[in-house]
Amino acid sequence: MIGSISRRGLLKGAAALTLAAGPMAAGMAQASATPVRGGHLRAGISGGHTGDSFDPITFSDLFMTILGAGAVYSRLTEVDASGKVVGALAESWEASTDATVWTFNLRKGVEFHNGKLFTAEDVIASVNHHRGEDSKSPIKQIVDPIQLMTAPDPHTVVFTLDSGNADFAFLLFDYHLCMMPADAIGQGIGTGGYVVESFEPGVRAVAKRNPNYFRGDERAHFDSIELINFSDVAARTNALLSGGVDFINQVDLKTLKRMKRAPGIVINEQPGTRHYMFQMICTQNPFADNHVRMAMKYGVDRQAMLDKVLYGHGQLGNDHPISPANRYFDANLAQRAYDPDKAKFHLKQAGLDNLAVELATSDGAFDGAVDMAVLYRDSMAPIGIDVTVDRVPGDGYWSEVWRKRPFCASYSSGRATEDWILSSSYLSGVPWNATQWSNEAFDKLLIAARTELDEAKRSEMYGEMQRLISDDGGVIAPIFANHVEAHSDKLAHGEVGTVSEMDSGLMIERWWFT
Amino acid sequence: MNPAARLIIQRLLLGVLTLLVVSMLIFAAVEFLPGDLAEATLGQEATEETVAAIRRKLGLDRPPVERYFVWLGNLFQGELGVSYANGRDIVEVMGTRAQNTLFLAGMVAIIATPLAVGLGIIAALYRNSYLDRFINLVSLSAISIPEFLIAYLLIVTLSRSGMFPSFVVIDETTSLISRIYQSILPALALTVVVSAHMMRMTRASIINVLASAYVEMAHIKGAPKPAVVVRHALPNALAPIINVIAINLAWLVVGVVVVEVIFVYPGLGQLMVDSVGKRDIPVVQACSLFFASVYIILNLLADIGATLSNPRLRHGR
Repeated sequence: MIGSISRRGLLKGAAALTLAAGPMAAGMAQASATPVRGGHLRAGISGGHTGDSFDPITFSDLFMTILGAGAVYSRLTEVDASGKVVGALAESWEASTDATVWTFNLRKGVEFHNGKLFTAEDVIASVNHHRGEDSKSPIKQIVDPIQLMTAPDPHTVVFTLDSGNADFAFLLFDYHLCMMPADAIGQGIGTGGYVVESFEPGVRAVAKRNPNYFRGDERAHFDSIELINFSDVAARTNALLSGGVDFINQVDLKTLKRMKRAPGIVINEQPGTRHYMFQMICTQNPFADNHVRMAMKYGVDRQAMLDKVLYGHGQLGNDHPISPANRYFDANLAQRAYDPDKAKFHLKQAGLDNLAVELATSDGAFDGAVDMAVLYRDSMAPIGIDVTVDRVPGDGYWSEVWRKRPFCASYSSGRATEDWILSSSYLSGVPWNATQWSNEAFDKLLIAARTELDEAKRSEMYGEMQRLISDDGGVIAPIFANHVEAHSDKLAHGEVGTVSEMDSGLMIERWWFT
Repeated sequence: MNPAARLIIQRLLLGVLTLLVVSMLIFAAVEFLPGDLAEATLGQEATEETVAAIRRKLGLDRPPVERYFVWLGNLFQGELGVSYANGRDIVEVMGTRAQNTLFLAGMVAIIATPLAVGLGIIAALYRNSYLDRFINLVSLSAISIPEFLIAYLLIVTLSRSGMFPSFVVIDETTSLISRIYQSILPALALTVVVSAHMMRMTRASIINVLASAYVEMAHIKGAPKPAVVVRHALPNALAPIINVIAINLAWLVVGVVVVEVIFVYPGLGQLMVDSVGKRDIPVVQACSLFFASVYIILNLLADIGATLSNPRLRHGR
């Protein structure tokens, strides 16, 4: 039986221990003593585009998130490596008891790269950049509940929300919520550890250390940094192996074993929140019947997908979006395994002997989506469910196939907080609820959990929500991908954050040369 | 009027017409692709409101025909516009990349053309010898191996040892020598691909001419073999060779995306592919106009070259 023991067995070494102790505390840090200042970091990064810019609204891929949000700009709060929210540009904050009014005290004497002092006015302008009727921001959902922003004095900002949200300080760590000068929004002028020297979208960026950085020597250890965009994974690998760069992200899992053997190369692997899914639209037949959905879920050979799609570099999923890297991941929920008998049972309950469905998939949905669909087809055949794999072009996948075809492949990078992912993609009627799943008990729990400040109770509520999605929802979520990066052994770091790739997107400021 | 001058003027006018047609076709093609910039940039994050806001801002809610004529009108005033994706001026976006692309293409042309023509002449001269067979074997293999494999092979052999960098980092401040040094591997990879085509064509067309009566005459009058090939056969075989060189050079400008990606070379190919993916129509249009112009100009040059090399065409009738 593939139980919870096997799932943990996959997290090798230290990661497994820390994970078992507390989901967010993961980190295979080869924690070397004290950081050293100096050196020129060259990093080969995927996810740069010719359309990139320093306007946070356009941030959508890794290159700009680690350069823009992680080095040039700063945010009000930060999530540290242990998963706790700590202050960045905000020194401290407090929430009203119903979590609707949040008061942030800002650091004093912080300078932007252009010498202007950072004040409450800049916070309001930076957040307003995402608000309003004509907002083009992908995080409208986070800022919409903000009813009012006021600045009682230049170093205090008060946010009034239309309903309580215990995670608000957490949400301010979203990589779009960069703080910029009110009169120079989106121009690459921030308060971060590095000042932009040159930037060619989709190609390269060079930045040097900010001499007036508000954290002083505590962070931003490299004298200068250079990010080079590598869209080809083999090119990225070559650049690292030939010593041209010191760090690469998104390592090729197929060749990882061989790379590990190369001298002077260190692999950095963290459990992540990114998960791959097949989504069934719950308002359309045959998926309107939960027995059909359950049959579809029991027919997944999760271990095969983990081994063949991710080459073992991931965690098994339980058909809900909360990963072991999340705070309120419920380890007590039994791991669902491949079970043809149960699948047949549910199919019978739905009044069917066999079933034919068409699964739309594309490598444009995510790398390995076609392989995953073929594996699924093979494991479903013995059950009497005939899955036709329809491979469609990747170009235009999100506008033409996703949310339109009744059964299709999809992925989500996951979110730092449970409320965020669940409110955006699982609450009844929200636009990104791609499966059109609707469950009253779930909706009620979700709203209630937002204002629940008692940790134990909150954890229990999120556990129950995970169970509801797993047993009733429209997603088949068999695997979570690990973040896998590689770097030269000259680079060192402390405990590594798991909110997102590359040390929660802060590696440029947090890492150093030995 | 001089027939060569008439040809040039005729072809230039036709060229402008071709560009117009190309711009229409490209615009229509991008329109037919599913989704637009708003949906492509937001991807999974797209909501109706944000998509609508972006469309309003960029005028994507206007009918396509109207948008095309607005673009065309601006073009006639010398305005290429700005990129939809990040609002940068297109001349600025394309400028350095076009230079980089032309630099790499030029470098390959300088290496590949003499190499290919020289090898072709040698192969024709010593037809069916072991040397000819060896040259043929190498060039046929080069044609058959996909370019990305050639690129990776070059990296493994010449870059892992530290002789040449496996990726290119250039900007305006890079010196010429560093530029050449860094571009050696991509240039070599492309040289392998284009030389083979050009060499095969040189060999074939010389051999073709060698079968004609006046070549036999040259042999009979006692001219040495190399002189027969270079002085009598080559000038008459030039037209097809020039054509194949022109096509290969044009390919070097427009078709080297794969090599660009592997060597992280900041050329136009990646820009075009990225922009099509994002439905950034102004950039796609500007790139395709540039590509089409390169084709038209190189074809024109090839035709002029072919005309000049052929006395019958040169003097008209």
